[in-house]
Amino acid sequence: MAAVQEPKKTPIGGYVGFDTIPTQIERKLLRRGFAFNVMLVGATGLGKSTLLNTLFAAHLIDSKGRFKVNEPPRQTTEIAPVTHHIEENGVRLKLTVIDTPGYADLMNNEHCLDPILKYIKDQYAHFLRKELTAARERYITDTRVHCVLFFINPSGQSLKPLDIVALRQLADICNVVPVIAKADSLTLDERAAFKARIKEEIEYHGIKLYPGQLQVPEPLDEYDLQEQALTDAIRARIPFAVVGSERTIVVGGQPVRGRRTKWGGVIEVDNEDHCEFTHLRNFLTRTHLQDLIETTALHYEAFRTRQLLALKENRDSNTSPNK
Amino acid sequence: MAAGANGIIQTKLNAFVGFSNLPNQHHRRSVKKGFHFTIMVVGESGLGKSTLINTLFNTTLYPEKKVPITTDLNKSLDIQEISAEIEESGVKLRLNVIDTPGFGDFINNEDSWKPILRSVEARYDAYLEQEQSQHRAKITDNRIHACLYFIAPTGHSLRQLDIEFMRRLAPRVNLIPVIAKSDTLTDEEVAAFKQRILDDIIFNKIEIYRPPVYEDDDEDTVAETNEITSKIPFAVVGSNKDVTTSDGRTVRGRAYPWGIIEVDNEDHNDFVKLRQMLIRTHMEELKRFTSEVLYETYRTQRLEASGRTQEAIPKEINPAASLEEQRIVHEQKLAKMENDMKLVFQQKVQEKEAKLKQSEEELYARHKEMREALEKQRAELEDKKRKLESLVHSASLMKPATPEKTRKKGIFK
Repeated sequence: MAAVQEPKKTPIGGYVGFDTIPTQIERKLLRRGFAFNVMLVGATGLGKSTLLNTLFAAHLIDSKGRFKVNEPPRQTTEIAPVTHHIEENGVRLKLTVIDTPGYADLMNNEHCLDPILKYIKDQYAHFLRKELTAARERYITDTRVHCVLFFINPSGQSLKPLDIVALRQLADICNVVPVIAKADSLTLDERAAFKARIKEEIEYHGIKLYPGQLQVPEPLDEYDLQEQALTDAIRARIPFAVVGSERTIVVGGQPVRGRRTKWGGVIEVDNEDHCEFTHLRNFLTRTHLQDLIETTALHYEAFRTRQLLALKENRDSNTSPNK
Repeated sequence: MAAGANGIIQTKLNAFVGFSNLPNQHHRRSVKKGFHFTIMVVGESGLGKSTLINTLFNTTLYPEKKVPITTDLNKSLDIQEISAEIEESGVKLRLNVIDTPGFGDFINNEDSWKPILRSVEARYDAYLEQEQSQHRAKITDNRIHACLYFIAPTGHSLRQLDIEFMRRLAPRVNLIPVIAKSDTLTDEEVAAFKQRILDDIIFNKIEIYRPPVYEDDDEDTVAETNEITSKIPFAVVGSNKDVTTSDGRTVRGRAYPWGIIEVDNEDHNDFVKLRQMLIRTHMEELKRFTSEVLYETYRTQRLEASGRTQEAIPKEINPAASLEEQRIVHEQKLAKMENDMKLVFQQKVQEKEAKLKQSEEELYARHKEMREALEKQRAELEDKKRKLESLVHSASLMKPATPEKTRKKGIFK
């Protein structure tokens, strides 16, 4: 067997043209379109639907709160996926939003997380099955959950026991991005103190959120350094303190997205001094969308390993009954 | 001086008597005695309960909370009480605030309301016991006069936990629902939210506290009371910190990058109305309602449950009558004992008789048997005797016969 040589850096004489590879890939990808699946987890009334509609600047989902007296409350957490095709500058995105109405609605919430975990694992299982099929499709439709936006109640004090349990279990199997909902109920000081407290608790309980510490062999070039700096900044800012609004109000003659309260305060969604919505939006759509999809593959690999090992064990124990 | 419709004669006075000074006397006495008020706050953590209490009474009753990080996710509901004596214009108020940390914070909140209801009823029980004791001069009133229930500002409608708690506690305590941290809601959201909450309350037949309007109230009071009632549930904001507004005033409020909300401004939130109802106009009313309606209802139910009806309670305690009663009771007891003993005696006698009869019969039977046996023997003996006699007689007739003949005869015999 010939030993593999270390690749040598060889200079080329003229222009070959393989620097168009990224463009070829881009064209292929553009034709195929992108798919992004995001799940919203949080108690009723925290503005999940509103925030998502604000993020993608379109009315994608409706609020599923209880608005009528004779409407009975939901008895379990429902999983409600809705798919939209949105397009921007020729880039097509198939966006699937998975809402979880009924989460933490009951007095006894011991089992409210189970349907959510089951759904995430089912998508992995579905993908695995498609992968393992003998005659599999060239491009498997990806229904795996790429990102879970976890909404935290702006109590200003600490995480609730249910939050801690949910974060821990979700972060084990997929990317979780915590968000402080309705952040306009906290003053800036309270917001900073609350964030510090949440970060403390997350570290104390060993919850691994996205973005995790990636093993980069060594900071290769400036681009990598830049990316790392950006990721570090994001990590410092999590959880994002956001405010959502689908309505526009007029401020200083300009229409902006925001809320006008009873006492004259005007909160502008896109104003960085007011809330961190822009940071979340940029993070989710402009900088880290592809990374989220790729990191989901890592979670999927962990799931796949576990499943295949379990299958192998099962087969072994079936074929050797004297074990 | 004709008698009026109800038999009371309406009289006019000719000179100044002076009993118009009674309210002043009452006032002086009350001020000297001092007032007390017990209020309970319920709601999940982070809704600003402690802050609101501090704001209502303008004092730092509750210090800044420092909750340590713990892995103990299974703590139980706590009931804490803080007391303070505050004074204003010479009037002393002893304020007791009962907090319920942990309510609604667990994963399973199904029984969250139980310890709270038990605490309310325990206070009624303590008061009932004091009322029934022999020394009633100093009764300490620990009963809860008002319960503020904090609703999270979701903007939708009441949650299951809210409905369940209010349903359970409303019959026992003056329940005042409050929308916490209402500075996040816009005008329309507040109005719609309040309406939906009231709809939920009516649908679930929850009797929250409503300030009553009396027929002999003057117009101003009636208007005031109606205004207060129209604001229920109160959408409040609490803050005991001072901030400076854009036009230079220093007020209690919260400062955001997008504006300042003033706590004491009626256009900004309903804090002023809540304080008015709770302290300035309806504090005595709340206490009266607790004492005369809620407590009495509880007392009646409690006493009925323990089996005491109206007739069993003696009308008057007369020593001679009670002695007589005791004597009668005692005699009855003795008579009963006597009867019992007689019965036992008779029973024993009957048993003995039966036994004796039985043995008598046995003896009689044996006696008869023996006699019969004897008779039989005698008869046999008589028989034998006769036979013997006949033999002797026949033998004496055949004397000359020779022994051979006899022998021969014997052969032919």
